[in-house]
Amino acid sequence: MSQIPAELKYVSSHEWIRDEGDGIVTVGITEHAQELLGDVVFVEAPEVDSEVDVEDEIAVVESVKAASDIYAPLAGTITEVNEELEDSPELINSDPYGDGWMFKMKIDSGDLDSLLSAEQYAEEIADE
Amino acid sequence: MGSKTPLYQAHVDAEARIVDFGGWDMPLNYGSQLDEHAAVREAAGMFDVSHMTIVEIKGSEAKPYLQYLLANDVAKLQESGKALYTGMLHEDGGVIDDLIVYYLNDAHYRVVVNAATREKDLAWLENVAQQFDVSVEERSDLAIIAVQGPEAIEKAQATFSDEQKAAVSELKPFMAAYAGDLFVARTGYTGEDGYEILVPDNKAIELWNALINAGVKPCGLAARDTLRLEAGMNLYGHDMDETVSPLEANMGWTIAWEPEGRDFVGRKALTEQKANGVARKLIGLVLDGKGIMREGQEVVLNDEVVGVVTSGTMSPTTGKSIAMARVQRSVDAEDVLVQVRKKQIPAKVVKPSFVRKGKSLI
Repeated sequence: MSQIPAELKYVSSHEWIRDEGDGIVTVGITEHAQELLGDVVFVEAPEVDSEVDVEDEIAVVESVKAASDIYAPLAGTITEVNEELEDSPELINSDPYGDGWMFKMKIDSGDLDSLLSAEQYAEEIADE
Repeated sequence: MGSKTPLYQAHVDAEARIVDFGGWDMPLNYGSQLDEHAAVREAAGMFDVSHMTIVEIKGSEAKPYLQYLLANDVAKLQESGKALYTGMLHEDGGVIDDLIVYYLNDAHYRVVVNAATREKDLAWLENVAQQFDVSVEERSDLAIIAVQGPEAIEKAQATFSDEQKAAVSELKPFMAAYAGDLFVARTGYTGEDGYEILVPDNKAIELWNALINAGVKPCGLAARDTLRLEAGMNLYGHDMDETVSPLEANMGWTIAWEPEGRDFVGRKALTEQKANGVARKLIGLVLDGKGIMREGQEVVLNDEVVGVVTSGTMSPTTGKSIAMARVQRSVDAEDVLVQVRKKQIPAKVVKPSFVRKGKSLI
Protein backbone atom coordinates (compact mmCIF):
# COMPACT_ATOMS: atom_id res chain seq x y z
CA MET A 1 0.00 0.00 0.00
CA SER A 2 1.48 3.33 -1.00
CA GLN A 3 1.79 6.24 1.40
CA ILE A 4 -0.95 8.86 1.56
CA PRO A 5 0.12 11.50 4.10
CA ALA A 6 -2.85 12.58 6.23
CA GLU A 7 -1.91 16.27 6.29
CA LEU A 8 -2.18 16.70 2.51
CA LYS A 9 -5.18 17.25 0.22
CA TYR A 10 -5.74 15.31 -3.02
CA VAL A 11 -7.59 15.26 -6.32
CA SER A 12 -8.68 12.09 -8.03
CA SER A 13 -6.27 12.69 -10.93
CA HIS A 14 -3.52 11.82 -8.39
CA GLU A 15 -2.09 15.24 -7.57
CA TRP A 16 -1.44 16.11 -3.92
CA ILE A 17 -1.78 19.65 -2.52
CA ARG A 18 -0.04 21.09 0.54
CA ASP A 19 -1.37 24.30 2.11
CA GLU A 20 1.61 26.60 2.72
CA GLY A 21 -0.54 29.45 4.12
CA ASP A 22 -1.20 32.89 2.58
CA GLY A 23 -3.08 31.29 -0.30
CA ILE A 24 0.01 29.42 -1.55
CA VAL A 25 -0.11 25.68 -2.19
CA THR A 26 2.55 23.18 -3.30
CA VAL A 27 1.51 20.49 -5.80
CA GLY A 28 3.03 17.15 -6.72
CA ILE A 29 1.89 13.68 -7.74
CA THR A 30 1.14 10.93 -5.27
CA GLU A 31 3.25 7.90 -4.52
CA HIS A 32 0.49 5.79 -6.06
CA ALA A 33 0.69 7.85 -9.28
CA GLN A 34 4.46 7.51 -9.60
CA GLU A 35 4.14 3.76 -9.02
CA LEU A 36 1.69 3.54 -11.90
CA LEU A 37 3.97 5.59 -14.14
CA GLY A 38 7.19 3.73 -13.41
CA ASP A 39 10.58 5.37 -14.01
CA VAL A 40 10.00 9.08 -14.65
CA VAL A 41 12.39 10.42 -17.27
CA PHE A 42 11.03 13.81 -18.23
CA VAL A 43 8.92 16.54 -16.65
CA GLU A 44 7.44 19.46 -18.55
CA ALA A 45 6.74 22.11 -15.92
CA PRO A 46 4.06 24.80 -16.11
CA GLU A 47 5.12 28.39 -16.88
CA VAL A 48 5.72 30.61 -13.88
CA ASP A 49 3.21 33.48 -13.71
CA SER A 50 0.72 31.65 -15.92
CA GLU A 51 -2.88 31.79 -14.81
CA VAL A 52 -4.57 28.43 -14.69
CA ASP A 53 -8.09 27.23 -14.22
CA VAL A 54 -9.12 24.21 -12.25
CA GLU A 55 -8.55 20.97 -14.22
CA ASP A 56 -6.44 22.69 -16.91
CA GLU A 57 -3.71 20.45 -18.32
CA ILE A 58 -0.66 22.41 -17.20
CA ALA A 59 2.25 19.99 -17.02
CA VAL A 60 3.38 16.57 -18.21
CA VAL A 61 5.18 13.77 -16.43
CA GLU A 62 6.70 11.21 -18.79
CA SER A 63 7.93 7.79 -17.83
CA VAL A 64 9.87 5.60 -20.24
CA LYS A 65 6.64 4.12 -21.51
CA ALA A 66 3.96 6.77 -21.20
CA ALA A 67 3.12 10.42 -20.82
CA SER A 68 0.73 11.60 -18.16
CA ASP A 69 -0.98 14.99 -17.95
CA ILE A 70 -0.89 16.96 -14.75
CA TYR A 71 -3.96 19.04 -14.00
CA ALA A 72 -4.32 22.25 -12.00
CA PRO A 73 -6.10 21.17 -8.82
CA LEU A 74 -7.45 24.70 -8.26
CA ALA A 75 -7.65 27.99 -10.12
CA GLY A 76 -4.81 30.44 -9.55
CA THR A 77 -1.38 31.59 -10.69
CA ILE A 78 1.79 29.50 -10.87
CA THR A 79 4.40 31.10 -8.64
CA GLU A 80 7.31 28.66 -8.74
CA VAL A 81 8.32 25.39 -10.38
CA ASN A 82 10.73 22.76 -9.08
CA GLU A 83 13.75 23.28 -11.32
CA GLU A 84 15.52 20.27 -9.83
CA LEU A 85 13.17 18.09 -11.84
CA GLU A 86 14.68 19.27 -15.10
CA ASP A 87 17.91 17.38 -14.40
CA SER A 88 16.56 14.86 -11.92
CA PRO A 89 13.04 13.84 -12.91
CA GLU A 90 13.54 10.61 -10.95
CA LEU A 91 12.97 12.62 -7.74
CA ILE A 92 9.29 12.10 -8.49
CA ASN A 93 9.86 8.36 -8.02
CA SER A 94 12.18 8.55 -5.05
CA ASP A 95 10.51 11.31 -3.03
CA PRO A 96 7.08 12.19 -4.46
CA TYR A 97 5.93 14.15 -1.40
CA GLY A 98 9.27 15.87 -0.75
CA ASP A 99 12.02 16.71 -3.26
CA GLY A 100 9.77 15.55 -6.08
CA TRP A 101 7.26 18.39 -5.65
CA MET A 102 6.27 19.92 -9.00
CA PHE A 103 5.07 23.50 -8.61
CA LYS A 104 3.64 26.10 -6.25
CA MET A 105 0.66 28.26 -7.02
CA LYS A 106 -1.30 31.11 -5.45
CA ILE A 107 -4.90 30.04 -5.45
CA ASP A 108 -7.77 32.37 -6.27
CA SER A 109 -9.92 31.41 -3.34
CA GLY A 110 -8.88 29.82 -0.10
CA ASP A 111 -11.25 26.94 -0.58
CA LEU A 112 -9.13 23.87 -0.05
CA ASP A 113 -12.11 22.09 1.45
CA SER A 114 -13.36 21.12 -2.01
CA LEU A 115 -10.37 18.78 -2.33
CA LEU A 116 -10.19 15.17 -1.20
CA SER A 117 -8.90 14.22 2.22
CA ALA A 118 -6.27 11.48 2.50
CA GLU A 119 -9.01 9.07 3.51
CA GLN A 120 -11.22 9.96 0.55
CA TYR A 121 -8.29 9.66 -1.87
CA ALA A 122 -7.40 6.25 -0.41
CA GLU A 123 -10.95 5.12 -1.10
CA GLU A 124 -10.76 6.40 -4.68
CA ILE A 125 -7.60 4.51 -5.54
CA ALA A 126 -8.84 1.37 -3.78
CA ASP A 127 -11.59 1.21 -6.42
CA GLU A 128 -9.16 1.41 -9.37
CA MET B 1 -7.77 -13.27 -16.02
CA GLY B 2 -5.40 -13.91 -18.85
CA SER B 3 -3.36 -16.96 -19.79
CA LYS B 4 -0.39 -17.66 -17.57
CA THR B 5 3.04 -18.91 -18.54
CA PRO B 6 4.73 -21.69 -16.52
CA LEU B 7 6.82 -18.91 -14.93
CA TYR B 8 3.86 -16.84 -13.72
CA GLN B 9 4.30 -17.76 -10.06
CA ALA B 10 7.99 -16.84 -10.18
CA HIS B 11 7.02 -13.37 -11.43
CA VAL B 12 4.45 -12.91 -8.68
CA ASP B 13 6.95 -14.08 -6.06
CA ALA B 14 9.44 -11.51 -7.37
CA GLU B 15 6.76 -8.80 -6.99
CA ALA B 16 6.59 -8.11 -10.70
CA ARG B 17 4.03 -5.64 -11.92
CA ILE B 18 1.77 -7.86 -14.02
CA VAL B 19 -0.08 -6.49 -17.05
CA ASP B 20 -2.27 -7.92 -19.78
CA PHE B 21 -0.28 -8.53 -22.95
CA GLY B 22 -2.35 -9.94 -25.80
CA GLY B 23 -4.41 -12.00 -23.38
CA TRP B 24 -1.42 -13.09 -21.26
CA ASP B 25 -0.64 -11.98 -17.72
CA MET B 26 2.96 -10.91 -18.16
CA PRO B 27 5.53 -9.03 -16.04
CA LEU B 28 5.92 -5.39 -17.12
CA ASN B 29 8.80 -4.82 -14.72
CA TYR B 30 10.14 -6.02 -11.39
CA GLY B 31 10.53 -2.54 -9.92
CA SER B 32 12.56 -0.46 -12.36
CA GLN B 33 12.58 -1.00 -16.10
CA LEU B 34 15.63 1.28 -16.31
CA ASP B 35 17.63 -1.03 -14.04
CA GLU B 36 16.47 -4.02 -16.08
CA HIS B 37 17.40 -2.30 -19.34
CA ALA B 38 20.87 -1.50 -17.96
CA ALA B 39 21.36 -5.09 -16.78
CA VAL B 40 20.92 -6.35 -20.35
CA ARG B 41 23.23 -3.70 -21.84
CA GLU B 42 25.94 -4.14 -19.20
CA ALA B 43 25.73 -7.70 -17.85
CA ALA B 44 22.86 -10.17 -18.29
CA GLY B 45 19.09 -10.06 -18.03
CA MET B 46 16.35 -12.52 -18.87
CA PHE B 47 12.80 -12.41 -20.14
CA ASP B 48 9.96 -14.86 -19.92
CA VAL B 49 8.76 -15.03 -23.51
CA SER B 50 6.78 -18.24 -23.09
CA HIS B 51 3.71 -16.45 -24.42
CA MET B 52 5.21 -16.71 -27.88
CA THR B 53 3.88 -19.61 -29.90
CA ILE B 54 6.08 -22.53 -30.93
CA VAL B 55 4.90 -24.56 -33.90
CA GLU B 56 6.40 -27.78 -35.24
CA ILE B 57 6.17 -28.21 -39.00
CA LYS B 58 6.67 -31.86 -39.89
CA GLY B 59 6.20 -34.04 -42.92
CA SER B 60 7.68 -34.98 -46.25
CA GLU B 61 6.65 -31.62 -47.78
CA ALA B 62 7.73 -29.43 -44.85
CA LYS B 63 10.37 -27.72 -46.97
CA PRO B 64 8.23 -26.91 -50.05
CA TYR B 65 5.43 -25.83 -47.71
CA LEU B 66 7.63 -23.27 -45.92
CA GLN B 67 9.18 -22.19 -49.21
CA TYR B 68 5.68 -21.29 -50.36
CA LEU B 69 4.48 -19.90 -47.01
CA LEU B 70 7.38 -17.57 -46.20
CA ALA B 71 9.00 -14.65 -48.03
CA ASN B 72 12.48 -15.75 -47.03
CA ASP B 73 13.69 -19.07 -48.42
CA VAL B 74 14.17 -21.95 -46.00
CA ALA B 75 16.33 -23.62 -48.64
CA LYS B 76 19.09 -21.36 -47.25
CA LEU B 77 18.97 -23.49 -44.11
CA GLN B 78 21.34 -26.40 -44.68
CA GLU B 79 22.73 -27.10 -41.25
CA SER B 80 20.57 -28.53 -38.48
CA GLY B 81 19.78 -25.80 -35.93
CA LYS B 82 20.19 -22.90 -38.35
CA ALA B 83 17.63 -20.12 -37.95
CA LEU B 84 16.07 -17.65 -40.39
CA TYR B 85 14.11 -14.44 -39.82
CA THR B 86 11.25 -13.90 -42.23
CA GLY B 87 7.89 -12.35 -42.86
CA MET B 88 4.77 -14.41 -43.47
CA LEU B 89 2.75 -12.45 -45.99
CA HIS B 90 -0.71 -12.12 -47.47
CA GLU B 91 -1.26 -12.38 -51.21
CA ASP B 92 -1.27 -8.56 -51.30
CA GLY B 93 2.14 -8.45 -49.62
CA GLY B 94 0.96 -7.26 -46.17
CA VAL B 95 2.77 -8.80 -43.19
CA ILE B 96 0.67 -11.39 -41.32
CA ASP B 97 3.52 -11.83 -38.85
CA ASP B 98 7.28 -11.83 -38.56
CA LEU B 99 8.84 -15.00 -37.23
CA ILE B 100 11.91 -17.15 -36.79
CA VAL B 101 12.10 -20.58 -38.37
CA TYR B 102 14.62 -23.17 -37.18
CA TYR B 103 15.74 -25.98 -39.45
CA LEU B 104 16.08 -29.39 -37.86
CA ASN B 105 15.87 -31.57 -40.97
CA ASP B 106 14.06 -31.50 -44.32
CA ALA B 107 10.98 -33.04 -42.68
CA HIS B 108 11.05 -30.98 -39.49
CA TYR B 109 11.19 -27.24 -38.94
CA ARG B 110 10.32 -25.29 -35.81
CA VAL B 111 8.64 -21.90 -36.08
CA VAL B 112 8.24 -19.29 -33.33
CA VAL B 113 5.56 -16.65 -33.88
CA ASN B 114 4.32 -13.67 -31.88
CA ALA B 115 1.92 -14.03 -28.97
CA ALA B 116 -0.69 -11.46 -29.93
CA THR B 117 -1.04 -12.95 -33.43
CA ARG B 118 -1.27 -16.60 -32.34
CA GLU B 119 -4.77 -17.41 -33.56
CA LYS B 120 -4.58 -15.81 -36.97
CA ASP B 121 -1.07 -17.25 -37.48
CA LEU B 122 -2.20 -20.78 -36.66
CA ALA B 123 -5.23 -20.40 -38.92
CA TRP B 124 -3.01 -19.21 -41.77
CA LEU B 125 -0.44 -21.96 -41.21
CA GLU B 126 -3.22 -24.58 -41.25
CA ASN B 127 -4.89 -23.02 -44.27
CA VAL B 128 -1.77 -23.07 -46.45
CA ALA B 129 -0.85 -26.53 -45.10
CA GLN B 130 -3.90 -28.06 -46.76
CA GLN B 131 -2.05 -28.03 -50.08
CA PHE B 132 0.95 -29.93 -48.68
CA ASP B 133 1.78 -33.16 -46.91
CA VAL B 134 2.67 -31.53 -43.59
CA SER B 135 1.43 -31.38 -40.03
CA VAL B 136 1.23 -28.15 -38.07
CA GLU B 137 1.48 -28.81 -34.36
CA GLU B 138 1.49 -26.16 -31.63
CA ARG B 139 3.81 -26.88 -28.70
CA SER B 140 2.17 -25.72 -25.50
CA ASP B 141 4.46 -27.86 -23.32
CA LEU B 142 7.49 -25.61 -23.66
CA ALA B 143 8.45 -22.36 -21.97
CA ILE B 144 10.92 -19.87 -23.49
CA ILE B 145 13.48 -17.89 -21.50
CA ALA B 146 15.53 -15.26 -23.36
CA VAL B 147 18.88 -14.57 -21.65
CA GLN B 148 20.49 -11.47 -23.12
CA GLY B 149 23.54 -9.28 -22.51
CA PRO B 150 27.34 -9.28 -22.80
CA GLU B 151 27.58 -11.82 -19.95
CA ALA B 152 24.47 -13.77 -20.93
CA ILE B 153 26.20 -16.75 -22.53
CA GLU B 154 28.73 -17.19 -19.74
CA LYS B 155 26.09 -16.90 -17.03
CA ALA B 156 23.60 -19.17 -18.79
CA GLN B 157 26.28 -21.81 -19.35
CA ALA B 158 27.01 -21.74 -15.62
CA THR B 159 23.58 -23.33 -15.12
CA PHE B 160 24.24 -26.11 -17.67
CA SER B 161 25.64 -29.59 -17.13
CA ASP B 162 28.93 -30.49 -18.80
CA GLU B 163 27.04 -32.30 -21.56
CA GLN B 164 24.81 -29.30 -22.15
CA LYS B 165 27.80 -26.96 -22.21
CA ALA B 166 29.48 -29.18 -24.79
CA ALA B 167 26.34 -29.14 -26.92
CA VAL B 168 26.27 -25.33 -27.11
CA SER B 169 29.98 -24.49 -26.91
CA GLU B 170 30.36 -24.05 -30.68
CA LEU B 171 26.98 -22.42 -31.21
CA LYS B 172 27.28 -19.52 -33.65
CA PRO B 173 24.85 -16.58 -33.85
CA PHE B 174 21.50 -17.56 -35.34
CA MET B 175 22.14 -21.23 -34.63
CA ALA B 176 20.37 -23.53 -32.20
CA ALA B 177 21.08 -26.94 -30.69
CA TYR B 178 19.51 -29.46 -28.38
CA ALA B 179 21.23 -29.54 -24.99
CA GLY B 180 19.66 -32.34 -22.97
CA ASP B 181 16.01 -31.41 -22.63
CA LEU B 182 16.73 -27.80 -23.59
CA PHE B 183 16.68 -26.32 -27.08
CA VAL B 184 19.16 -23.45 -26.99
CA ALA B 185 19.20 -20.82 -29.76
CA ARG B 186 21.75 -18.04 -30.08
CA THR B 187 19.11 -15.53 -31.07
CA GLY B 188 17.50 -12.55 -29.37
CA TYR B 189 15.66 -9.28 -29.58
CA THR B 190 17.84 -6.77 -27.73
CA GLY B 191 20.90 -6.08 -29.88
CA GLU B 192 23.03 -8.07 -27.43
CA ASP B 193 24.47 -11.57 -27.54
CA GLY B 194 22.54 -14.28 -25.73
CA TYR B 195 20.33 -17.33 -25.88
CA GLU B 196 16.68 -18.04 -26.31
CA ILE B 197 16.15 -21.26 -24.37
CA LEU B 198 13.19 -23.56 -24.94
CA VAL B 199 12.63 -25.59 -21.78
CA PRO B 200 9.95 -28.15 -20.79
CA ASP B 201 7.33 -26.17 -18.87
CA ASN B 202 7.68 -28.29 -15.71
CA LYS B 203 11.37 -27.36 -15.56
CA ALA B 204 11.00 -23.69 -16.39
CA ILE B 205 10.97 -22.34 -12.83
CA GLU B 206 13.98 -24.46 -11.92
CA LEU B 207 15.97 -23.01 -14.84
CA TRP B 208 14.72 -19.47 -14.08
CA ASN B 209 15.89 -19.74 -10.48
CA ALA B 210 19.22 -21.24 -11.52
CA LEU B 211 19.74 -18.29 -13.85
CA ILE B 212 18.94 -15.85 -11.04
CA ASN B 213 21.54 -17.62 -8.89
CA ALA B 214 24.03 -17.28 -11.75
CA GLY B 215 23.51 -13.50 -11.66
CA VAL B 216 20.97 -13.02 -14.44
CA LYS B 217 18.45 -10.28 -13.65
CA PRO B 218 14.75 -10.87 -14.37
CA CYS B 219 13.47 -8.23 -16.81
CA GLY B 220 9.97 -7.32 -17.86
CA LEU B 221 8.32 -6.53 -21.16
CA ALA B 222 8.86 -2.78 -20.63
CA ALA B 223 12.64 -3.17 -20.77
CA ARG B 224 12.29 -5.59 -23.67
CA ASP B 225 10.55 -2.86 -25.64
CA THR B 226 13.17 -0.14 -25.00
CA LEU B 227 15.97 -2.63 -25.76
CA ARG B 228 14.49 -3.79 -29.05
CA LEU B 229 13.75 -0.25 -30.15
CA GLU B 230 17.32 0.85 -29.40
CA ALA B 231 18.44 -2.13 -31.49
CA GLY B 232 16.15 -0.96 -34.31
CA MET B 233 14.12 -4.15 -34.34
CA ASN B 234 10.56 -4.05 -35.60
CA LEU B 235 7.63 -4.87 -33.35
CA TYR B 236 4.65 -6.47 -35.02
CA GLY B 237 1.47 -4.40 -34.81
CA HIS B 238 3.51 -1.22 -34.42
CA ASP B 239 6.28 -1.00 -37.03
CA MET B 240 4.55 -3.30 -39.47
CA ASP B 241 1.29 -5.18 -39.86
CA GLU B 242 -1.06 -6.48 -42.53
CA THR B 243 -1.38 -3.01 -44.09
CA VAL B 244 2.37 -2.64 -44.53
CA SER B 245 4.64 -4.18 -47.14
CA PRO B 246 7.94 -5.59 -45.90
CA LEU B 247 9.53 -3.24 -48.45
CA GLU B 248 8.14 -0.35 -46.39
CA ALA B 249 9.35 -1.78 -43.07
CA ASN B 250 13.09 -2.31 -43.67
CA MET B 251 12.39 -6.00 -44.18
CA GLY B 252 13.50 -6.05 -47.81
CA TRP B 253 16.54 -8.11 -46.80
CA THR B 254 14.22 -10.88 -45.57
CA ILE B 255 12.69 -11.39 -49.01
CA ALA B 256 14.46 -14.08 -51.04
CA TRP B 257 13.90 -13.06 -54.68
CA GLU B 258 16.20 -15.82 -55.94
CA PRO B 259 15.60 -18.38 -57.25
CA GLU B 260 13.05 -16.69 -59.49
CA GLY B 261 11.21 -19.96 -59.89
CA ARG B 262 10.19 -20.10 -56.22
CA ASP B 263 6.61 -18.97 -55.86
CA PHE B 264 5.64 -17.74 -52.40
CA VAL B 265 2.57 -16.08 -50.96
CA GLY B 266 2.81 -12.36 -51.74
CA ARG B 267 5.52 -12.68 -54.39
CA LYS B 268 3.42 -11.26 -57.20
CA ALA B 269 2.39 -8.21 -55.15
CA LEU B 270 5.95 -7.59 -53.95
CA THR B 271 7.35 -7.89 -57.47
CA GLU B 272 4.94 -5.21 -58.65
CA GLN B 273 5.75 -3.01 -55.67
CA LYS B 274 9.44 -3.38 -56.32
CA ALA B 275 8.99 -2.38 -59.95
CA ASN B 276 6.75 0.60 -59.17
CA GLY B 277 8.29 1.62 -55.87
CA VAL B 278 6.46 1.57 -52.56
CA ALA B 279 4.85 4.69 -51.12
CA ARG B 280 6.48 4.74 -47.72
CA LYS B 281 9.65 3.86 -45.84
CA LEU B 282 10.66 3.32 -42.22
CA ILE B 283 13.21 5.77 -40.80
CA GLY B 284 14.86 6.32 -37.45
CA LEU B 285 14.50 9.60 -35.54
CA VAL B 286 16.51 11.12 -32.71
CA LEU B 287 14.89 14.06 -30.95
CA ASP B 288 17.06 17.18 -30.62
CA GLY B 289 14.95 18.98 -28.04
CA LYS B 290 13.36 17.90 -24.80
CA GLY B 291 10.38 15.61 -24.87
CA ILE B 292 9.65 12.03 -25.78
CA MET B 293 8.40 10.73 -29.11
CA ARG B 294 5.51 8.27 -28.91
CA GLU B 295 3.72 5.99 -31.34
CA GLY B 296 1.06 7.84 -33.33
CA GLN B 297 2.71 11.27 -33.30
CA GLU B 298 2.89 13.06 -36.65
CA VAL B 299 6.09 13.69 -38.57
CA VAL B 300 6.04 17.14 -40.19
CA LEU B 301 8.19 18.55 -43.01
CA ASN B 302 7.63 21.97 -44.61
CA ASP B 303 4.33 22.34 -42.73
CA GLU B 304 3.06 19.09 -44.17
CA VAL B 305 2.38 15.85 -42.34
CA VAL B 306 4.65 13.33 -44.08
CA GLY B 307 4.40 10.36 -41.74
CA VAL B 308 3.77 8.92 -38.31
CA VAL B 309 5.85 7.57 -35.45
CA THR B 310 5.41 3.78 -35.24
CA SER B 311 7.47 3.24 -32.06
CA GLY B 312 8.95 5.89 -29.79
CA THR B 313 10.53 6.02 -26.38
CA MET B 314 13.23 7.52 -24.23
CA SER B 315 16.33 5.48 -24.92
CA PRO B 316 17.87 4.61 -21.55
CA THR B 317 21.30 3.88 -23.06
CA THR B 318 21.65 7.18 -24.96
CA GLY B 319 19.47 9.38 -22.76
CA LYS B 320 17.70 10.67 -25.87
CA SER B 321 14.27 10.13 -27.28
CA ILE B 322 14.43 7.75 -30.26
CA ALA B 323 11.75 6.56 -32.61
CA MET B 324 10.92 4.69 -35.76
CA ALA B 325 8.58 6.44 -38.13
CA ARG B 326 6.88 5.51 -41.38
CA VAL B 327 7.14 8.41 -43.81
CA GLN B 328 6.55 9.10 -47.48
CA ARG B 329 9.34 7.55 -49.52
CA SER B 330 10.16 10.94 -51.05
CA VAL B 331 11.23 12.34 -47.66
CA ASP B 332 14.93 12.99 -48.05
CA ALA B 333 15.52 15.55 -45.29
CA GLU B 334 18.18 15.26 -42.61
CA ASP B 335 15.84 16.89 -40.10
CA VAL B 336 12.10 16.80 -39.59
CA LEU B 337 9.69 18.02 -36.95
CA VAL B 338 7.72 15.69 -34.70
CA GLN B 339 4.46 16.83 -33.16
CA VAL B 340 5.21 15.90 -29.55
CA ARG B 341 2.02 16.73 -27.73
CA LYS B 342 1.47 20.47 -28.24
CA LYS B 343 4.90 21.30 -29.66
CA GLN B 344 6.74 20.58 -32.87
CA ILE B 345 10.26 19.49 -31.94
CA PRO B 346 13.16 18.98 -34.38
CA ALA B 347 14.40 15.44 -34.87
CA LYS B 348 17.38 14.07 -36.80
CA VAL B 349 16.75 11.40 -39.39
CA VAL B 350 19.01 8.37 -38.86
CA LYS B 351 19.19 4.71 -39.77
CA PRO B 352 16.79 2.96 -37.41
CA SER B 353 19.53 1.29 -35.40
CA PHE B 354 20.43 3.26 -32.30
CA VAL B 355 22.46 0.97 -30.02
CA ARG B 356 24.51 -2.13 -30.82
CA LYS B 357 26.39 -4.27 -28.30
CA GLY B 358 25.93 -1.66 -25.59
CA LYS B 359 27.31 1.22 -27.70
CA SER B 360 25.36 4.24 -28.90
CA LEU B 361 25.30 4.64 -32.70
CA ILE B 362 23.71 8.11 -32.65
